Amino acid sequence: MAVTMNQDLRRERASASFNPELLTHILDGSPENTRRRREIENLILNDPDFKHEDLNFLTRSQRYEVAVRKSATLVKKIREFGISDPDEIMWFKKLHMVNFVEPVGLNFSMFVPTLLNQGTAAQKEKWLLSAKGLQIIGTYAQTELGHGTHLRGLETTATYDPETQEFILNSPTVTSIKWWPGGLGKTSNHAIVLAQLYTQGKCYGLHAFIVPLREIGTHKPLPGITVGDIGPKFGYDEMDNGYLKMDHFRIPRENMLMKYAQVKPDGTYVKPVSNKLTYGTMVFIRSFLVGEAARSLAKACTIAIRYSAVRHQSEIKPGEPEPQILDFQTQQYKLFPLLATAYAFHFVGAYMKETYHRINEDIGHGDLSELPELHALTAGLKAFTSWTTNAAIEACRMACGGHGYSHCSGLPNIYVTFTPTCTFEGENTVMMLQTARFLMKSYDQVHAGKLVCGMVSYLNDLPSQRIQPQQVAVWPTVVDIDSPHSLTEAYRLRAARLVEIAAKNLQTEVSHRKSKEVAWNLTSVDLVRASEAHCHYVTVKLFSEQLLKIQDKPIQAVLRNLCLLYALYGISQKAGDFLQENILTDTQVTQVHQRIKELLTVIRPDAVTLVDAFDFQDVSLGSVLGRYDGNVYENLFEWAKTSPLNKAEVHESFYKHLKPLQSKL
Amino acid sequence: MGSPARVSMGDAWSWRVHPDMESERRRPSFDVERLTNILDGGAENTALRRRVESIIHSDPEFSLKENYFMSQNEHYEAGVKKKFHLQMLARRLGWSEGSRELRYAFRAVTGDLALGLHHIFSKSLQSLGSEEQIAKWAPLCDQFRIIATYAQTELGHGTYLQGLETEATYDADTQEFVMHSPTLTATKWWPGDLGRSATHALVLAQLICSGARRGMHAFIVPIRSLQDHSLLPGVTAGDIGPKMDFEYIDNGFLQLDHVRIPRENMLSRFAQVLPDGTYVKLGTAQSNYLSMVVVRVGLLLDEINPLLEKACVIAIRYSVIRRQSRLRPSDPEAKVLDYQTQQHKLFPQLAAAYAFHFTGTSLRDFFQESYGAILDRDFSLLPELHALSSGLKALISEFCTQGAELCRRACGGHGYSKLSGLPSLVSRVTASCTYEGENTVLYLQVARFLLKSYLQAQASAGSASKTSLPRSVAYLTAPDLARCPAQRAADFLRPGLYTRAWAHVAVRLIRDSAHQLQTQMQSGAEEHEAWNQTTVIHLQAAKAHCYYVTVKSFAEALQRLDKEPAIQQALQRLCDLFALHGILSAAGDFLHDGFLSGAQVDMVRTAYLDLLFLIRKDAISLTDAFDFTDQCLNSALGCYDGNVYERLFYWAQKSPTNTQGNPAYQKYLRPLLQSWRSKL
Repeated sequence: MAVTMNQDLRRERASASFNPELLTHILDGSPENTRRRREIENLILNDPDFKHEDLNFLTRSQRYEVAVRKSATLVKKIREFGISDPDEIMWFKKLHMVNFVEPVGLNFSMFVPTLLNQGTAAQKEKWLLSAKGLQIIGTYAQTELGHGTHLRGLETTATYDPETQEFILNSPTVTSIKWWPGGLGKTSNHAIVLAQLYTQGKCYGLHAFIVPLREIGTHKPLPGITVGDIGPKFGYDEMDNGYLKMDHFRIPRENMLMKYAQVKPDGTYVKPVSNKLTYGTMVFIRSFLVGEAARSLAKACTIAIRYSAVRHQSEIKPGEPEPQILDFQTQQYKLFPLLATAYAFHFVGAYMKETYHRINEDIGHGDLSELPELHALTAGLKAFTSWTTNAAIEACRMACGGHGYSHCSGLPNIYVTFTPTCTFEGENTVMMLQTARFLMKSYDQVHAGKLVCGMVSYLNDLPSQRIQPQQVAVWPTVVDIDSPHSLTEAYRLRAARLVEIAAKNLQTEVSHRKSKEVAWNLTSVDLVRASEAHCHYVTVKLFSEQLLKIQDKPIQAVLRNLCLLYALYGISQKAGDFLQENILTDTQVTQVHQRIKELLTVIRPDAVTLVDAFDFQDVSLGSVLGRYDGNVYENLFEWAKTSPLNKAEVHESFYKHLKPLQSKL
Repeated sequence: MGSPARVSMGDAWSWRVHPDMESERRRPSFDVERLTNILDGGAENTALRRRVESIIHSDPEFSLKENYFMSQNEHYEAGVKKKFHLQMLARRLGWSEGSRELRYAFRAVTGDLALGLHHIFSKSLQSLGSEEQIAKWAPLCDQFRIIATYAQTELGHGTYLQGLETEATYDADTQEFVMHSPTLTATKWWPGDLGRSATHALVLAQLICSGARRGMHAFIVPIRSLQDHSLLPGVTAGDIGPKMDFEYIDNGFLQLDHVRIPRENMLSRFAQVLPDGTYVKLGTAQSNYLSMVVVRVGLLLDEINPLLEKACVIAIRYSVIRRQSRLRPSDPEAKVLDYQTQQHKLFPQLAAAYAFHFTGTSLRDFFQESYGAILDRDFSLLPELHALSSGLKALISEFCTQGAELCRRACGGHGYSKLSGLPSLVSRVTASCTYEGENTVLYLQVARFLLKSYLQAQASAGSASKTSLPRSVAYLTAPDLARCPAQRAADFLRPGLYTRAWAHVAVRLIRDSAHQLQTQMQSGAEEHEAWNQTTVIHLQAAKAHCYYVTVKSFAEALQRLDKEPAIQQALQRLCDLFALHGILSAAGDFLHDGFLSGAQVDMVRTAYLDLLFLIRKDAISLTDAFDFTDQCLNSALGCYDGNVYERLFYWAQKSPTNTQGNPAYQKYLRPLLQSWRSKL
């Protein structure tokens, strides 16, 4: 089908200062990666079995059914396409299935990895093959109705009975009902259940157990198991998030995952050697989520920026035709900092993935030294990027005006699919406080005369500052607002100061109150601020370091502008911190505002090409407003007309309710 | 103490208040009932509201139980059905259009009614129609002999009215207007009730008469047959498809192909076309904006702010039931509301909800003062009214949207479940940022008004005869402080002090925006280009002004509560918190010219954190005072009695996903699992 491209978009693309294909290669890591990604994408997109119907017109139960069908097909296709690298499966599958939420996804993202990490060789042999081939479908059941991120608070019990060599799984209260696990409601027939282990009259804390849920063949819940769907949600219509209540349900002793801790047949408990290893999975998932944040924001920016180039409104100059709304300074000010953020987060995500793999090798050699910092860093960055992205997707949606509110824009879907990232895999505030705990520990170490390394090494500079009688006066106010390196320095100073303030306030509270926990609570707003400043610094640093690795001059120039915009916009939003700590002067802050406006103008001609470089296919954006060809209005009208609501010209409600209303009144 | 039957859900768990909730209510620091009366504007209003609520809640036709489980079609049908029953009820009980009773009924059914635009049509008719037109159409409308909507936005055009493409060309020969959509982008798009319900639309179109374009005017266009509801010749209309929310409304599209309507169908209070095609102007160019002002003022108190209030009620109640981690190793897990970070998330939202209640009320009072004069073609107050209503609509919708979303996320995972009620509140309130005027556009309109007032103030500063500025911008001429006089944290708890601080920042930003505009123009830019190059600062100035207005009217409203010292004290803390939270969020603006010192910002932070602690003990009482019934909250997390988990579990089990079988298993899962069975 020969479709002509919208004139506005054609002009935008012709005016770009760089080659988007080269930028795509950088984003993918290499030209080879781009090639492979497109290959897999096309396999999926050209396969009639994955025909993408418009989910927006379906009911929740229909959406679930479509998702199950696709899930089932996917398993076969992955084998057929010969995609075997677990990384590729994990990253690419997620990446290219539109807003595809898989009811059997937890089987691969949680059930299998947990089995791999925590199962003994015998357990792997027994369960792994059937789980990988989806002969059994597993999920991972951790959170309970009354308990979330605080793992020790979970109430489900697994009591060992040496007589029969079985564990008795039980949900003793309403609040102990397992709640939220994906695929638990209707799809899975097994779950790895986290429960408090009791043996020989003693509680040994949380352990993982494989629990069969549904009868093979009939799929009916087993006696003693109450399982179902938790009902409608903001998004994730396709997912049967479920509840699970166990009533003294017995499983064999061998169903406890025993690679680390063990329960002997007689009930003797054998302690695990190290528990740091479980950090590994968490770090992996969180670093994956940072990448998700970047991708979701990149999609939202693609839609909003393309639409803003197609949409015309109002007038800048009286009597002239309505300009593209992307020419309005307010629209640029809404969108370009978000575009810069999408790029920044992309590089953060890539860094974390890389670091994860590097450290994973170290762990393989028994070196766990870097794990605590990485764990602290991933927790904070997961929170930092997901909070920012959450607000940014909404901002993109609102920048599309009324049409952003329609499902045709795709933006409501992107938002509701992304927003749980702020709460799952560790609620964000809790994550920020974990990072803060590490920062405080590092601060204390420096205070005790030791040096710290890694991203927190800036804390080493603090004590020398403190010796000075007028500490703030010695902070250098020589920030060059045109240098990414110098701006990184400014963020570094801000992080150092906010960490110090939080640490001092914490000490003050400790000296006033009895308990450390109370003091911690009364400082927690400061602590979260410190963590945010730390993460913000890390992001600016990684983005500006990325620039050095780029060879192509035009691309380096455009990314440098984005990096400057990202850093300067952050300063303008948090100007109070930079002014209060005398990192910047009033005059410099005024210059920052001015420079931001100049950058908006500089980035403007490249805006559409910068989103093109993200290289999302239309089907993967799922948006009428964000189409590559820009033919928005024609397709919007067609989309609305195909809505099932327009099947009958006169809706039955007219006869039932409206006509009587007109006649009876 | 059981839960009051009036507000409770009346289900199996309502008889017993959760002990964690009960302990919150044991020693209230003020009389909650009195505060409710104040919010309602008098005890008699509270009584009336409750009477209406009990009528609505005892009628199964208005039940909201199935709300979270319905398809778009079912939502629409339920919306129409409820509207029908409510009209019947209103007629039986003598509740007239615009009465308090109907407003309260609207609140009780949480607004899930179709034909809302019918009333917008009525209001527009009242403000834009001539006396004869009102006499003709108002009764038809009131008796639902017609169902009307208001069609303004087009597929390609939104807030910018002059950009609309729909045309109304006068034909003097037949004395008719020819209504026409010349392009695809001229298709009317989004109007509520248009998709399937309306028989008539008030269409905004470019008037063309005697060969000249006369700008936007409003025309009554019949679109569906009054006999069989089919579309009239030349009319194409339908539903625009699924949205984030408002599924009970059939937002629609409309294309007109040379549809003819009589000359009398153009609303002509402010402009007329005479039979020979002569155009007569009777009002200012702004008069067409009047109906938008009317709508905006109504929205703030009746639609937008209650959504934030409800979100606060749900999140704060849930936060005293939810326990997580320990504050001290020996204690049981703590209520999440005892965490400073949770208070920091929720209390600023609660404070904003109260601030907007009082600000919205004073805007409504001002509106009622000036509306009569405007209808009599005295337009002197219209610019200020327009600026205030635009600015407050933008500020309140922006804050309510962010606030409701924060409340939702403050409930952790459960806030993502529709059964919490929060997703619907969020997706509904977020629409208010773009409907009835996109917020950025509105802020910029305020900025133009501020700039004009500022220049006026400058001009009159030297001269002896001071022209008085409109009330809301009078502070532009007030003597300004260069430095904030606060010495200690407690000084920041004085409304006079922080109101002046906000005034200072607003004035400074307005001055800067005037200067930047001037600089641009002096360096050779044309005015419109200079304006576009400086809009970011205009936006900032307008926001600071609106924040100042809100802080000021909140503080003034509290001064009038001096006969209720306990309530005054509790609300004063919220007012302080609202003002200080704003200062901390925009600390850069306050530090910028040295108005606040770094040490003073630290004092603000200390005062702010102390306030969180003080508000904590009043939190439940402050949310109870909104007096939302459980039915109208429709939240498993937010019920008065606090029995969160039991209700959540029960409601989930009732979900159709659990009661209607699982066809996907038979079709796809079973075949997938087959290979396993064969091995057994």
